[in-house]
Amino acid sequence: MGFVRRSIIIPALAALSWLSMPAIGQQHYLSSDIENGSRLYRNNCFVCHGPEGASIPGVDFRRGRFKRVSSDEDLLRVIASGVPGTAMPPSNFTDSQRLALIAYLRSMHDSASTAGSGDAARGRALLEGKGACLSCHQVNGKGSRAGPDLSEVGAIRAAAYLERKILTPDESILPEHRFVRVITRQGTVITGRRLNEDTHTLQIIDTEERLHSFAKSDLREFTLLTTSSMPSYEGKFTSGELADLVTYLLTLKGLDSQ
Amino acid sequence: MIQRALILIGSLAATLPAQVTLDRLLHPEREPQNWLTYSGSYYAQRYSALDQINRTNARNLELQWVFQARSLEKFEATPLVVDGILYLTEPPNNVVALDARTGAVFWVYEYRPSPDARPCCGAVNRGVAILGDTLFMGTIDARLIAIDAKVGRPLWSVQVGDPKLGYSLTHAPLIVKDKVIVGVAGAEYGIRGFIAAYDAATGKEAWRFNTIPGPGEAGHETWAGDTWQHGGGSAWITGSYDPSLNLVYWGVGNPGADWNGDNRGGDNLYSDCAIALDADTGKLKWYFQFTPHDEYDYDAVQIPVLVDANWKGSPRKMMMWANRNGFFYVLDRTNGQFLYGMPFTKQTWAKGLDEKGRPIRAAKQSPTPEGTVVYPGVQGGTNWYSPSYSPRTGLFYISTWVDYYMNLAKMPAEYVAGQRYTGGAPRSPVPTLQRGPINTWTTENASGMVLAVDPNSGEKKWEFKMTDVTGSGILSTASDVVFSGGREGYFYALDARNGDMLWKAALGGQVASGPITYRVDGKQYVAVAAGHALFAFALRP
Repeated sequence: MGFVRRSIIIPALAALSWLSMPAIGQQHYLSSDIENGSRLYRNNCFVCHGPEGASIPGVDFRRGRFKRVSSDEDLLRVIASGVPGTAMPPSNFTDSQRLALIAYLRSMHDSASTAGSGDAARGRALLEGKGACLSCHQVNGKGSRAGPDLSEVGAIRAAAYLERKILTPDESILPEHRFVRVITRQGTVITGRRLNEDTHTLQIIDTEERLHSFAKSDLREFTLLTTSSMPSYEGKFTSGELADLVTYLLTLKGLDSQ
Repeated sequence: MIQRALILIGSLAATLPAQVTLDRLLHPEREPQNWLTYSGSYYAQRYSALDQINRTNARNLELQWVFQARSLEKFEATPLVVDGILYLTEPPNNVVALDARTGAVFWVYEYRPSPDARPCCGAVNRGVAILGDTLFMGTIDARLIAIDAKVGRPLWSVQVGDPKLGYSLTHAPLIVKDKVIVGVAGAEYGIRGFIAAYDAATGKEAWRFNTIPGPGEAGHETWAGDTWQHGGGSAWITGSYDPSLNLVYWGVGNPGADWNGDNRGGDNLYSDCAIALDADTGKLKWYFQFTPHDEYDYDAVQIPVLVDANWKGSPRKMMMWANRNGFFYVLDRTNGQFLYGMPFTKQTWAKGLDEKGRPIRAAKQSPTPEGTVVYPGVQGGTNWYSPSYSPRTGLFYISTWVDYYMNLAKMPAEYVAGQRYTGGAPRSPVPTLQRGPINTWTTENASGMVLAVDPNSGEKKWEFKMTDVTGSGILSTASDVVFSGGREGYFYALDARNGDMLWKAALGGQVASGPITYRVDGKQYVAVAAGHALFAFALRP
């Protein structure tokens, strides 16, 4: 084929399953479900239920409080059929969309129950100070573009996931946040976050925030890194500091929610 | 200039009338310059005898024209080409006649489907059929419409199924003798599927075969209780035909509810079957079930590819089939006998096939409320994407999804007329039907390839790997060139013998249909839809 040989460490299936399907609530949900659910929520549910899921009296998603339902099956039915005699309308969501919404609702509860204990203001100070997180990440336009943007991380990630990520970054790196290391035909080594890839080309943002688009046929080597360039904060943060940081991250809901 | 162009078009129409007789449909080998049926011939091999574009000069292919569809739906149509005129559908159900040399439009037939239409997976259409001077199109609101091929005027229109109940037509009809044969989609809404033949002149129904047998019909006992009433069994891709046996072959889709088989105990015939029907009566001659009691949505909705060749040293009439369930099969098409089968991609739901081709189910692979990880995922090891068989290389070419899984959650299934009746939700990091411009999910979550298999040995002769998965059909030619595309929007010419890439073009949108080739005025063209447009290529002069 003439393409550059590409070295990839394939994770064991067990590890992959764990990465892709963190256990949250009653079911195993894909992290992509939670993300998709978050977007569906913001476009369809947000106006009535509010950013915290607590705008309807008697309903509070973050506390897992519902009026008529408890199981996922109940929720699936209510999302599809609505609640007659109330403002909750029936919907045309597909089964997958309904499951994604439920994954997100359950993740809201999970976030609230395990990480409401910290102090968000102290967490912000840690992120910007001791943690030096902005040297790689960005929050609402502040910081570096090299790593994943954290501006809406509180809307799309659960607390437990964020804790794990901070303590053991290598264990939970998502495919869309992989870094790559390439060596060009001229011998230049460039490392950056993969923005897009197809059979013949690769697009990255490097650690100097430069955008590159490569033809793979022009590369001498191309390695998709399965380890994270993020350091572990195990032992660097106290458990109290970790709770503060996660509590702050959970307040980050993106521009749409501000 | 204008005058000259008009005269040219006028002479084209006057000297080359689109009189597509049955004899012409039976002998496409006499006119390789045309593409008269969805799959190129009744044998459905997607193989062309044209050889102007070859392994050496394919690198000189260049764009001739582009037709932009006025629709953002997935472009799944295969065009027909009849004597220089190209007939195309743009989604959902417009028909367009074009000058195959320039893309200039002769006429557009605009059809507005009823708002009752509820196709499960996109308001798509895969093309038209032609007989005489009449085109035939199925619609997403489950009508069959006959259209004058010269001027685009509708001639007759019949209701094939009730769109409110989920019936729709998405595939190109099959013409056999004086009949137009279509199948219905809608298993995701709990329809009871059928394949029906209509008189080409009048639209009157000639016969109907219920893919889900009712009381008194053979196979009814494979359904528990009254679950057959909503047993699915769609037929949403075009069949093939063997004139010597007078048999029409069709693939039947999944049982309903898709992912919850608790109530429908039994094999659930004729879901997930290849079926052979008498072309005149619609009577069942034989069936072969690929996935009995399917709980994965492994529709057997693939093109039945017919091959006359030696099998173990003796001439045999065969049918070759790369199934959504991840297995490749060779059947004797005179009687449905299983000759050979093997997995062509990673699958975990079956331990293998027994001597009759029936799968031996693997443990702990049924859907559960908590979710079960199953390979291949819901879109299958392959799907409806047309494969190709080259009699020259003897290889069978498959658009394949590699290392592709789903996490399948079973859910309650209760039939409510017109609502989805699926009993579960498969989830996968791989986008199911469409992808956006960004791909960072692959590598460990599936990839695509064109796979060349030797049907006699099961040997995988070559693989052309893609980073993303592929929903493209495949075309092979007498000059040993294979054309295909993928979701990334590349369109490729490959060496049919070893998979070497000869040429590629970046078309900027996923290829979700099968390429075709034709010749006008001595020039060979290759046409393929990508994104929302049809592209035609030919050699640089």
